Formats: sequence, structure tokens, C-alpha cells
Amino acid sequence: MLDFHQLVQILPQQLVFGITLGMIYGLIALGYTMVYGVLFMINFAHGDVFMIGAYMGWAVLVAITNEQIVPLNPIFVLPLMLVPAMLFTGAIGLGLERFAYRPLYLKGATRLGPLISAVGASIFLQNTVMLSQGARMKVLMTYRLFPRVWRFDLFGVNISYLVVVIAVVSGAMMWGLYILVQKTTLGRSIRAVAEDREIAAVMGVDVWGVVSTTFLIGSALGGAAGVLVGLYYTQIDFLMGYSAGLKAFTAAVLGGIGNIRGAMLGGVLLGIIESLASTFINPAFKDAISFGVLILVLVFRPGGILGESLPEWRRV
Amino acid sequence: MPDVSASAPAGPLLRLENVEAWYGPIPALRGVSIEVGRGEVVCLLGGNASGKSTTMKTILGLVRPRSGSVTFAGETLNGLGTQAIVAKGISLVPEARRLFGRMTVWENLMMGAFTRRAEPPGELAEDLDRVYALFPRLKERQTQYGGTLSGGEQQMVAIARALMARPRLLLMDEPSMGLAPVFVDQVFDIIRAINRQGTTILVVEQNAAVALSIADRGYVLQNGRIAVADSAAALLGADAVRRAYLGEV
Repeated sequence: MLDFHQLVQILPQQLVFGITLGMIYGLIALGYTMVYGVLFMINFAHGDVFMIGAYMGWAVLVAITNEQIVPLNPIFVLPLMLVPAMLFTGAIGLGLERFAYRPLYLKGATRLGPLISAVGASIFLQNTVMLSQGARMKVLMTYRLFPRVWRFDLFGVNISYLVVVIAVVSGAMMWGLYILVQKTTLGRSIRAVAEDREIAAVMGVDVWGVVSTTFLIGSALGGAAGVLVGLYYTQIDFLMGYSAGLKAFTAAVLGGIGNIRGAMLGGVLLGIIESLASTFINPAFKDAISFGVLILVLVFRPGGILGESLPEWRRV
Repeated sequence: MPDVSASAPAGPLLRLENVEAWYGPIPALRGVSIEVGRGEVVCLLGGNASGKSTTMKTILGLVRPRSGSVTFAGETLNGLGTQAIVAKGISLVPEARRLFGRMTVWENLMMGAFTRRAEPPGELAEDLDRVYALFPRLKERQTQYGGTLSGGEQQMVAIARALMARPRLLLMDEPSMGLAPVFVDQVFDIIRAINRQGTTILVVEQNAAVALSIADRGYVLQNGRIAVADSAAALLGADAVRRAYLGEV
């Protein structure tokens, strides 16, 4: 067991790891929760969209380090990794919605049809990446971008600049999304469709346009998370979307699925729980403990932490 | 009723001709023909499942007619989506109000003006002032969430939300439903006032007496067919209507 002195040394460090990891979970969880909000479906392919974002980031980083297109400075390189990854994964999200899900809804499918289509889309994306990029893992030379010595001490906690960048980028994206959803006409129309699709249509909202936009935004955020995870762990493979997606989905449910603030909160909580469980109990148990917490929360608050009890006509 | 839009083409503002609509194998409307003239208040009466709400949904494109035509201001609405139809100037005050409960009153009103989102904010502010003048209570409650309002207040928001689109035709589905009697009279006073300001109104009601008291004309729907069509005064006096819809024996 750790004594008090060790605890004081380790706890803040682990909290920093946990929060960083959790913000990335939250970024991915937004994609699940937004799509659930407007379509009441779980987009099981979202984890793989995230994975493709990681591959895009890797491809850009390789090209830049090989060709020396721009100086190897995060200020130049990071946007060059993030923007194409977000555009590409956003486009994939649009394609998934248009070709894998919408036709089923227009033909009057029940809840199960689109769900199975999502599982199929997930397998399709994984295999496409495996066949085109190979099954072996890819390594990101993060150290070329963020040299290992780029660290600083804050109240005895040793923090790398990479961690700060990850926290700032994901925090800024979440904040931006929150403002978009709460303060703009587009955001209002997204909330209107989530709350009452028929009345939203009667107000003149293009409901399927809103659904598309939701997929676009959620997938782009997932793609950005993929880039950040690639840089953080430095290794990616075509199966990485499965576990990350499951974690992010858990985070979305923990915070209250359909609730945007809930996804962010659930992500950060899950990240902290995982990193504390790894440190103080046993890394092998971290998933068991995360899911244990999820079960406990759902027993007492079935809608998740910020989930509200839905009116009867909307319960699923 | 005076014609409020003198330069507009002649003919009724809304016309349904021989509209048939089905829910799967079940017929809901079997050849419904209705006309609503410019500036009129027309009410649609009928019992449960007589086809009143389906008529509203068909006008809005939420239900596709199997045959027959719907024309608005001389233009056919057949085949258009709901979004395109409401953009032509039709608003709905839905049955059971259906506010966006997790939006504030102000946001609900802005959703009502969604079709006008490209207009300069000044135009919208003007209409906001107009509906606040009509319902002063809503101004006090503009930051409150729709779901926290009383039934009467929700009905005010639902009407105000529909007015924010500056509709040429206002559809109202059971505006008296679930309201205390004192509110019912208030709501119908307001409907009359809205009409006097130039908006054409088609109102669906179970409460025939109060609806006919403000309407120019009325239709009685029965099993998806128009059973009676007459002036409001004649309908109020008609024995069959009194027995069936006014609760008199």
C-alpha cells in the first residue's frame, strides 16, 4: 500500500493524466450523444471514425517529417494534422448517415435496423483501413513534434506540453460546440429536432439537414480526438476505435446520453476513475471499475448524471 | 370579412379538393373538400378520429394525401415537404401545445420565426414586441423554460410561436384542450383579435360552441367525410350539430 507521502506525490500526477484522457473521451462521447439526441440511435461506427482520424493525423505527420513541408513545430503541424482529419472524418460521418442509416429510416425501419447497419459500417471501416494501410500498428513520431524535454513542473506535478495542448484543444472544441448548440440558430434547430422532430419540421427546420449536420460535427470532433490520441499514445492500429468507442459511449451514458454537457462530464469522470483505479488498485481492474461505476450511477440515476427523466412519449 | 390582401389573386387562400389520406390500410380522409377564404375564421368540428387532425397534417405535408389536391394561395402544395409548405406562410398551433420544453420562452419564439432567420434582427424584434403586447405575461417569462410553464401560459407561447412566422394562414389544433374554462374564453378572444389583425385562421375544435362563436363558417367531419358545411350561425342553430357536438339532447 502507498503511504500518505507517496499518495500526495502520485495523486496530482494521476489526476492530470486522468483529466487529459477524460477530455479525449468526452470529445468522442459528444459524437455518440449528439447523434443519439437527434436520431435515437447509437452510431457504433463512431469509434472507427475516430480511428480514421488518428490515421489521417499519422499520415500528415509522416508526410511532414519526410518532406519537411513546414518546420516541425506544433504551431504549424498540429492544425495541418487536425484540419484534414476533421474534414475527412466529417465527410465519412455524412456518408454513413446518408447511405448507411437514412435509407433505413426513410423506409420505416425499427430501432434495430440502423443499429445493425452501424455495426456493419464499423466492420466495413475497420477492414477498409486494414486492407489499405496494413494490419500492423503505425507509430507516430510525436517526439519530433513535442520533444521529451518539453515539460514543466507545476506544484510538484510534472506535465508535458503535449498534455497541455491536448487539454486546450479538446477543451476549446467542447466549448465551441457548447456555444454553437446553445447560442446559435443552427444549435437551436439541432435542439428542436432532438426534442420534437415533427414540431421542428412544422417550424420550417430541414430535419434531415440537421441530422446530417449533427453527424458532420460529431464525426469531425471524433476525428480530432483520433489525432490527439495518436499523438498521446504514439501507436495506432485499425482496431483502436473499438475500445475507445466503447469507453466514450460509456462516458456518454454516464453523463446522460443525449446531453452534451453530460458527455463532457462523463468523459472527464471516466478518465479520472480509470487513472485512479490503475494507480491505486490495479491496472488490470481499471475497466471493471469504470463499468462498475457506470452500473452504480445507472442504478440510482437511470438517465445518467445529467440525464433528465424524459416525458413518456419520448422514452425508448 | 373584409379581404385583407386586396392585390392577391382571387379565390380562397386554402382549398382542399377531394383529399383522401390513409394510415396504412386505414382510411382517415375519404374525399374531404374544404375552402378557407382570405381573412376568414373557419372551424372544423368533429368527434374523435373523425379526421380533424389528419386534415391539419395533410395541409402541412406531415401526411401525404393518396389523392386529391391541396392548394394555398393558388399554388399546389401536393408533393411539397413540410419545410417548403410552412415557408409559404402556414403556421400551426399544435394539439397539446408541444412547446420545446427544454428551451426558454424566448427560444421557443425564435423557433417560431425559424423560416425568417435570414431577415434582419430588427424585423424579428418588431414581431417579438407585437406578441409580447398580445401576451404581456410572456415577456416576464421569456427566460423561463417552456416545460416549467402552466398550461395556459404554454398555450400563449404556442400561439405566439406560431405568430412569429408572420403566417398568412394560422392552423390551430384543439386550442382549448386541457385549459381551464376561464382560459378557454381568453384564448378565443385572442384568436378573434389575431384574425382582426388580418390573419386567416382554420381552427379544429372539440368545443364546438366556443369555436363557432368566433368562426365565420364551419365544417363537420364524420368518419373522414364532410358531413355538414354551413355558416357558423347556421351550425349553431342546426339540431343535428347541437345534438352531436354541443352536448345537447
